[in-house]
Amino acid sequence: MSIKLKPKARKGVIGIKALVKHPMETGLRKKKGKLIAANHIVNMVVSHNGKVVVDADIGATISKNPYFKFNVAGAKGDMIELKYKDNKGKTGTQTAKSK
Amino acid sequence: MQRRLFLKSAMAGSAVATAVGAGLLTPSMVFASAHDFKAKSNAATASMAAAGKGSFKFKAPKIAENGAVVPVTVDASKMKGVTNISISVTKNGTPLAASFNIAGAQGYVSTRIKMGTTSPVVALVTAGGTTTQVSQDVKVTIGGCGG
Repeated sequence: MSIKLKPKARKGVIGIKALVKHPMETGLRKKKGKLIAANHIVNMVVSHNGKVVVDADIGATISKNPYFKFNVAGAKGDMIELKYKDNKGKTGTQTAKSK
Repeated sequence: MQRRLFLKSAMAGSAVATAVGAGLLTPSMVFASAHDFKAKSNAATASMAAAGKGSFKFKAPKIAENGAVVPVTVDASKMKGVTNISISVTKNGTPLAASFNIAGAQGYVSTRIKMGTTSPVVALVTAGGTTTQVSQDVKVTIGGCGG
């Protein structure tokens, strides 16, 4: 799964925009009478220069291909890392240098 | 005659079995994957009742055409010591959409949520140990949960 991560520094604040490609199935939806198995992100961690700044518990209520935006104090060139884990144990990581 | 009766009853039985199967499958699957989350959701709902009105900004559309994608923004950057921001959709099966522990970041979260039906959306912000909430009704024309 691909993750788009775009941190942008402005006036001492880094705006982190993240777009994770994920189906985010609730496990309640049906297709041809059969339930589609639940497949959604359960946990996401954002780190700033190795320090955890956001630790989010996410439910199936978040939209498909979820988008998040956070603000963190920091400057240009700082490293931002995003990690996620879904209910099937699959993980994804992406790092980006702040612009 | 008897054979027909048997067929009929067999069909009726299988229909019931599938209904039960589907009914049993849904909660068990959800619980298995998100047991902790359900507990968290209940806790969030409980704290919602006790929470006073917050002084932060919560942006959500008044009318969402598509319930599958409802953009919401919680802006509590003016508040100090924000440790957690939660977003909850009261009428969804699992009301809690997400809980962000943002001790290291500023009190700002923007994301997109799914909504089954028209419902109040509640933003909970915990700052310095106290939880406050702001709620807004969002009207949904097409639901996003189930189909």
